Amino acid sequence: VYVFNAELHRGQSTKNLRVTVYGPCTRRSFSSLLFPSNCGNIMASSFARILSSKRNVGILSLVGAGSLTVGFLLNREQHVSAGAQVRRVYPPSAEYPDLRKHNNCMASHLTPAVYAKLCDKATPNGYTLDQAIQTGVDNPGHPFIKTVGMVAGDEETYEVFADLFDPVIMERHNGYDPRKMKHPTDLDASKIRSGLFDEKYVLSSRVRTGRSIRGLSLPPACTRAERREVERVVINALGGLQGDLAGKYYSLTQMTEEEQQQLIDDHFLFDKPVSPLLTCAGMARDWPDARGIWHNNEKTFLVWVNEEDHTRVISMEKGGNMKRVFERFCRGLQEVERLIQEKGWEFMWNERLGYVLTCPSNLGTGLRAGVHITLPRLSKDPRFPKILDNLRLQKRGTGGVDTAAVGSTFDISNLDRLGQSEVQLVQTVIDGVNYLIECEKRLEKGQDIKIPAAISQFK
Amino acid sequence: MPFGNTHNNFKLNYKNEEEFPDLTKHNNHMAKVLTKEIYAKLRDKQTPTGYTLDDVIQTGVDNPGHPFIMTVGCVAGDEESYEVFKDLFDPVICDRHGGYKATDKHKTDLNFENLKGGDDLDPNYVLSSRVRTGRSIKGYALPPHNSRGERRAVEKLSVEALNSLDGEFKGKYYPLKSMTDAEQEQLIADHFLFDKPVSPLLLAAGMARDWPDARGIWHNENKTFLVWVNEEDHLRVISMQKGGNMKEVFRRFCVGLNRIEEIFKKHNHGFMWNEHLGYVLTCPSNLGTGLRGGVHVKLPKLSEHPKFEEILTRLRLQKRGTGGVDTASVGGVFDISNADRLGSSEVEQVQCVVDGVKLMVEMEKKLEKGEAIDSLIPAQNI
Repeated sequence: VYVFNAELHRGQSTKNLRVTVYGPCTRRSFSSLLFPSNCGNIMASSFARILSSKRNVGILSLVGAGSLTVGFLLNREQHVSAGAQVRRVYPPSAEYPDLRKHNNCMASHLTPAVYAKLCDKATPNGYTLDQAIQTGVDNPGHPFIKTVGMVAGDEETYEVFADLFDPVIMERHNGYDPRKMKHPTDLDASKIRSGLFDEKYVLSSRVRTGRSIRGLSLPPACTRAERREVERVVINALGGLQGDLAGKYYSLTQMTEEEQQQLIDDHFLFDKPVSPLLTCAGMARDWPDARGIWHNNEKTFLVWVNEEDHTRVISMEKGGNMKRVFERFCRGLQEVERLIQEKGWEFMWNERLGYVLTCPSNLGTGLRAGVHITLPRLSKDPRFPKILDNLRLQKRGTGGVDTAAVGSTFDISNLDRLGQSEVQLVQTVIDGVNYLIECEKRLEKGQDIKIPAAISQFK
Repeated sequence: MPFGNTHNNFKLNYKNEEEFPDLTKHNNHMAKVLTKEIYAKLRDKQTPTGYTLDDVIQTGVDNPGHPFIMTVGCVAGDEESYEVFKDLFDPVICDRHGGYKATDKHKTDLNFENLKGGDDLDPNYVLSSRVRTGRSIKGYALPPHNSRGERRAVEKLSVEALNSLDGEFKGKYYPLKSMTDAEQEQLIADHFLFDKPVSPLLLAAGMARDWPDARGIWHNENKTFLVWVNEEDHLRVISMQKGGNMKEVFRRFCVGLNRIEEIFKKHNHGFMWNEHLGYVLTCPSNLGTGLRGGVHVKLPKLSEHPKFEEILTRLRLQKRGTGGVDTASVGGVFDISNADRLGSSEVEQVQCVVDGVKLMVEMEKKLEKGEAIDSLIPAQNI
């Protein structure tokens, strides 16, 4: 039996009552919850709903105004305590991986000293350092990019193993220091200026991000039951979307042949990961159980369930109306968040790291806003890479991260994820893409182009 | 161990039905045996090294079926897995090994002198002969579950043991992570080099973790005796040569194995073995002798005969392509080997191969002359 205690003295407002749960449920800390000011309505409050909607929780007693003590009984006897014991047969020096031929962020920062310090620790879920780094040990390097080389199994991974994650985050996110800096979140699409691209060049516009459900382990570590619960929570919320966002869920285990073909034709269907970066981290376990695709009837708002993250949220359309794409993106995300909160769930987020996702490269906004754009002349100009760099943009092939460009059509998107808000990043993409189009037009007319000044970053 | 599924106590927060895998589209031994009742009974257990039921079955959950063979769909993480999870392993073993019961005892016979014949297989048909088995070192977790430290300890001990061999067994160890380009070329040319597994059956069980750390190949100077370290098992031991002298291949196999075992015993780390399951290996399909004795043999006409499969079954043999378990045959050349592993001894299994291949070569010759072979086909399973 685990008891929490929230004492309220006579006259004290219940607003912003801090409640902390002791024991194995610590990871679901309900701090900074807001309560209605009428203490007697506690049972009806969102707080009680949050408690009662979780598995096997009953509320023993509730005392009225003046002081309130609520205890709750957890039915299951077996729980892992925070920091479960890790099985250790050999000293850290015998277990330290051989990273001499490796080139990824994990290998750059995992010294024997850091390994020795962290190898005995585990998150409350039992996730260990060896599990976090396995993908980086198994995959020494990638031809196109310096990979991160480690993943999180749950929200606490980023805290328990901060001695490794913090420097990796700093390297990967261009100097963002999670120990000192705060990440801004801003999903107010009305702040966007311009954002309608010349469709002679821009073929399509897209914004994607990911969201994790607080309290459930992430894809590298989740059990089948947890993954199924993610699916239930998410499709329940998506079922509440209306208007232009109303849509339908297609479970990977149950879709018909016709549905599958349609999803392929729409370029919506995701398949079992083949990249060893993902499979070595355990993200393809139990495939295709509890995986699926949801999209709205208009096919402009799409959610992947239980692929590389709990959810991947995508807003897209043909053509150059990035403003509308982002507006729908923000609206959809905020609606989904409201709908899961009604049921007592929330997204993983904190002010140090922003939205918490499986891969450290997607922390912060987790946002990649981009266009498919043809730039036949500019792409051949030797200044193209430098221009992109200064605009804080990156290019990929139109097949995604592991592909090269075909012809002169590129995927151009923001480089940064963490340290700037969604609005800031999308504005960067809009301004940058407009600049690229200007360059292309100038080259068409035989005029010269200029490398723009480097955009200043948070550092 | 490899993935987050192993935090057993936390998982028990969820009900049995919530965690039970969806096996409705599966066709492997594990899926046929695993019921909700068995899952409920075993899910809170773990071996002394912390291996759990979900670890055991992960490869079978991730790989619903195989085009050529009925896969096992479960693996052991350590010696105790077969005990702790016997409610799952016993029926799987029974299915896979022709009705072998939980109370049966397995006979081990590595006395090569007990083999009759085997030195006269026609080299015009039998291109090469090979016997392989696996061995696990007692006291260490198996490839699906071992940590880097454990795997390195297995390598160190194995290399020490192998390097102390002499005479026809004198040889050298080539660690995968530090072999030179020239050495690698030579090992490829000799068909000795094994590579990182690509089969999802192995990857899903976590056997390729930390590749190529602590993996390597040892072989004798004559290139007739070969040991793989830390691939799918702690050790895979292979004796081979061109031509049809299976007797000699088996002699060298037995002598080498016995020598190696003595050395490990001196270090207080003998091989995993018990009288019910014989030699304990990672995959239940390799329990017992873990032995696959076989030949590459030219049977273009016999393989076209309508009764080819039946003949193989009656002779207790199986066919594969010359590329190994996941391949088809090329140009009428087949890999023919014993089908059994558990319930009969090494000598008995190699005897099956010797007698059966001899008979099949006779059949091939008859077919070449346009004669019928019905009189040669055995009336029932031997």
